[in-house]
Amino acid sequence: MKVQSADFINRSAKAIGDEQLQRALGNVRKGFIGKRAKAAAALPEFEAIRDEAVGIKNHVLNHLDVYLERFEANVKAAGGHVHWARDDAEARAIILELCRKENARTVTKGKSMLTEEIELNAHLEAHGIETVETDLGEYIIQLRGESPSHIIAPAVHLNRDQVEADFRRVHSHLAEERALETPESLLGEAREVLRRRYFDADVGITGANFLVAETGSSVIVTNEGNGDLTQTLPRVHIALASIEKIVPTMEDLSTILRLLARSATGQEMSVYTTISTGPRRADDQDGPEEYHIVLLDNGRSALLGTEFQEVLRCIRCGACMNHCPVFHAVGGHAYGAVYPGPIGAVITPALAGIEKAGHLPNASTFCGRCESVCPMRIPLPKLMRRWRDKEYEKGLQPATMRRGISLWAFAAQHPRVYRFGTKYAAALLSRLGGARRRIARLPFASGWTGARDLPAPEGQTFMQAYAAAKKADRS
Amino acid sequence: MFRRLAGEEAIFQDSNSTPPTVGLFVTCLVDLFRPAVGFASIKLLEEAGCQIEVPDTQTCCGQPAFNAGHREEAVTIARQVIAAFEPFDYVVAPSGSCAATIRRHYPELLADDPKWSSRAEAVASKTYELTSFLTDVRSLAGVKVELPEKTIAIYHDSCSGLRELGVKTQPRSLLGTIENLELKEMEEPEVCCGFGGTFCTKYPAISEVIVSAKTKDIDATGADLLLAGDMGCLMNMAGRLRREGRRTEVRHVVEILSGMTEAPPIAGRQEDQS
Repeated sequence: MKVQSADFINRSAKAIGDEQLQRALGNVRKGFIGKRAKAAAALPEFEAIRDEAVGIKNHVLNHLDVYLERFEANVKAAGGHVHWARDDAEARAIILELCRKENARTVTKGKSMLTEEIELNAHLEAHGIETVETDLGEYIIQLRGESPSHIIAPAVHLNRDQVEADFRRVHSHLAEERALETPESLLGEAREVLRRRYFDADVGITGANFLVAETGSSVIVTNEGNGDLTQTLPRVHIALASIEKIVPTMEDLSTILRLLARSATGQEMSVYTTISTGPRRADDQDGPEEYHIVLLDNGRSALLGTEFQEVLRCIRCGACMNHCPVFHAVGGHAYGAVYPGPIGAVITPALAGIEKAGHLPNASTFCGRCESVCPMRIPLPKLMRRWRDKEYEKGLQPATMRRGISLWAFAAQHPRVYRFGTKYAAALLSRLGGARRRIARLPFASGWTGARDLPAPEGQTFMQAYAAAKKADRS
Repeated sequence: MFRRLAGEEAIFQDSNSTPPTVGLFVTCLVDLFRPAVGFASIKLLEEAGCQIEVPDTQTCCGQPAFNAGHREEAVTIARQVIAAFEPFDYVVAPSGSCAATIRRHYPELLADDPKWSSRAEAVASKTYELTSFLTDVRSLAGVKVELPEKTIAIYHDSCSGLRELGVKTQPRSLLGTIENLELKEMEEPEVCCGFGGTFCTKYPAISEVIVSAKTKDIDATGADLLLAGDMGCLMNMAGRLRREGRRTEVRHVVEILSGMTEAPPIAGRQEDQS
């Protein structure tokens, strides 16, 4: 997995300076939040369903081996194949091999963050296989050579004008004078172009939102129907899923589905929910001749039984990033990782190592809004904090920060030292504040004073003033 | 300016038990930057019939160490706070953030410590943010405070108090009883102001974007007075408002509730005129 998070400060600075991006991010802030709130409010049992879903997922994670084996047996029983991949390289190799066996030249893809995680497109392209993204957002960023900036809205960082320009550039065979001024016309054009590609494809690759153990089914939810065409038209369907996507039963699936779209886009349900069980049967009208599931671990099983196990409950709704003030400020690309926002800040260090992902769990105000909207109640701030613990243990934090906190913590453990320090700090800062009681520049606090004044202290600390008041009372 | 409401007098007189003892957790930012908030807290708590003590071994709740990954240091500070505040019936802080650290995070920090986990739980369960203590525990229905002139105020929901302790209606219901104060809401009162403890110094550019969105919201309300329950958020928003040259007065909510507005505001009108 490619991680460029070490460059977070520069990437975020660039994002903040990008006016177009800032306007586009306004849509995340205004759109998703209100829609989710409305959808949650309209379902009185929403909170109860959250609790139930958390219980389902905790149970699965505590018995993951049992359910994965059950799933595998049921996929086989339905005529499908299961492939186990320990890491991204194994997953890429398995998928390439399956494509080669089919002599595939073109592969259509439904949206899948997991294929981003294993960098599948580049691998297939390097071996002469053309990959065509069929989700509108994914299609747009593929044209641009970019990566998704959001897990459910991959092109949320772009505006309509940019998309129009890209379409005119790439779809040069179409008439110059055609209208592309509305989202509908853009969608129509993408459909028109993609329609032929569905029929070209030898293999269709999708992700899976869920895997159902009792039936051996993979489940995808989409709003565009592209996933269905991707997995039913080509001769071979490959679904790539990580091991934690499993749920025990159809009943459990329906419980969790009630949370997914409401948390993500504020819809009651996505437009399409497609459940695939094995290849086409003799009396089916359509469907692939071969059905393969690639089950990817890629570091996930190592989280089982640890304090980070809870992150495996994630159902990839994106609610945490939709509600994160830091995401609103910098967008998804700044994080330099496949999964942005609060969930990415916990998953990325788990998958790529805290050494590579150091900024991510720190780039949070711990406002807790992510946890409050997470349908699976993942304690995101707590888990980010646990990554900070690990960072400290490994000595990875910047030295000035580490020493500063240690110095302060030493004082905090010694009240008399602390009082001595605060007394002089209050007096000094108060004097610096002058008559207008504001400090506009403070050398060792330039992070603060770069954007805001520091309100000057009153002069005495509370403890000093209180002791003096008590003394005066007694005399 | 401040008088107890007639009704409440009866509530406290009716209780035949001795007045509850409250250990005031002053908070490091109040101690260093704004003693007025500490005195206002004492006044409010005394008016609510409590007996206040300020343990002098307190320093800070340890949140900066806890959030920076310095877990062992946070544990030591937590034990110190627990020992200092165990003797009281209640622990009250004019801060949702510090109260939440004690109430929500100390039990977690000390969960594996057989000697300290029950002590942490005990102190946690009697720790409150001040406005929530006054309304939820002391059933205070209002304060008898009158502002000298008609004032439009807005209240910012600080993240920890709001999401970790459920502080939302309590300050608003108390503010609603102040005469001459009209409480309005900004567009997104529950959105973080971008302070985030060390976040604002580690990622100042991001913090600036977040706080600027906040000051824009504040300005759009046309309010005279911005209130909140946490010094960190208040200093952040006040600092930005002043840098932008805006005139909104900024105060801690207990300063207004206690009627103690002698100290110049953290930012805003009064000191502009001086």
